[in-house]
Amino acid sequence: MIQVLATALTVVALVAALWSLVLVITDRPITLATKPTLGLAAVVVLLEVGLLVQAVVATVNVLGVDRGEMNLATFFGYLVAVVAVLPVGAFWALGDRSRWGAGVLAVACLSVPVMILRLDQIWATHG
Amino acid sequence: MAERRDELKETTRSGPGRMLIAVYGIFAVAATARSAVQIGTRFDQAPLAYVLSAFAAVVYVVATAALAGVVSRRVAYLACGVELAGVLVVGAASLVFADAFPDATVWSDFGGGYGFVPLVLPVLGLLWLRHTGRRPPS
Repeated sequence: MIQVLATALTVVALVAALWSLVLVITDRPITLATKPTLGLAAVVVLLEVGLLVQAVVATVNVLGVDRGEMNLATFFGYLVAVVAVLPVGAFWALGDRSRWGAGVLAVACLSVPVMILRLDQIWATHG
Repeated sequence: MAERRDELKETTRSGPGRMLIAVYGIFAVAATARSAVQIGTRFDQAPLAYVLSAFAAVVYVVATAALAGVVSRRVAYLACGVELAGVLVVGAASLVFADAFPDATVWSDFGGGYGFVPLVLPVLGLLWLRHTGRRPPS
């Protein structure tokens, strides 16, 4: 794990979640035709790229340290899940052209900091 | 009749329902993965808790599928109902018989380990099913 990257990803995920919630409240469906929704899409893509980098770096790091009591299966589970949640969430979000599509995206984005937190906790148990 | 049923399914997975399904989906995946790791690596440490975790995982998967229209709305009602009963019973049991739960389940302490989302989710699910069921066909 790289602490700076994990913190940055948490912040970006929270920004994306907040942005999605604003779209829900102001009733702007995600059409990818207006500036607010395009901007949100850009942030989500940036976030996903960062999560992919984290997955690669964390895998390399975890194989290079003394794992001690660390639960590897759970660690890799979260690492894969946190990368998968945004594409799946975005797909499910775009299937509903009402304000609630953005709500789906908000849920997906909010799950990212939670999983990063769990990754951090598991990483902390390495030897 | 079949048309009305398909329409109802469509209504159930649209709007706020879609957001609800997203949360259910995350819990289904999380609970399934967690329970697989628990049972696969250290089942003898807390058998009761891990069996309940697995049961909760199945309920979340069924509820997600039913709300999304893969199976009938009746199954969705049943899954949400079982889920609410489960979180209440297991939540109470985990406090009263703490010794029987050396490790936590999703439903321990009424879902407190998960921000009480497991307690709120079935209530929202049941309310949403009732709300969509009431709407006259358009």
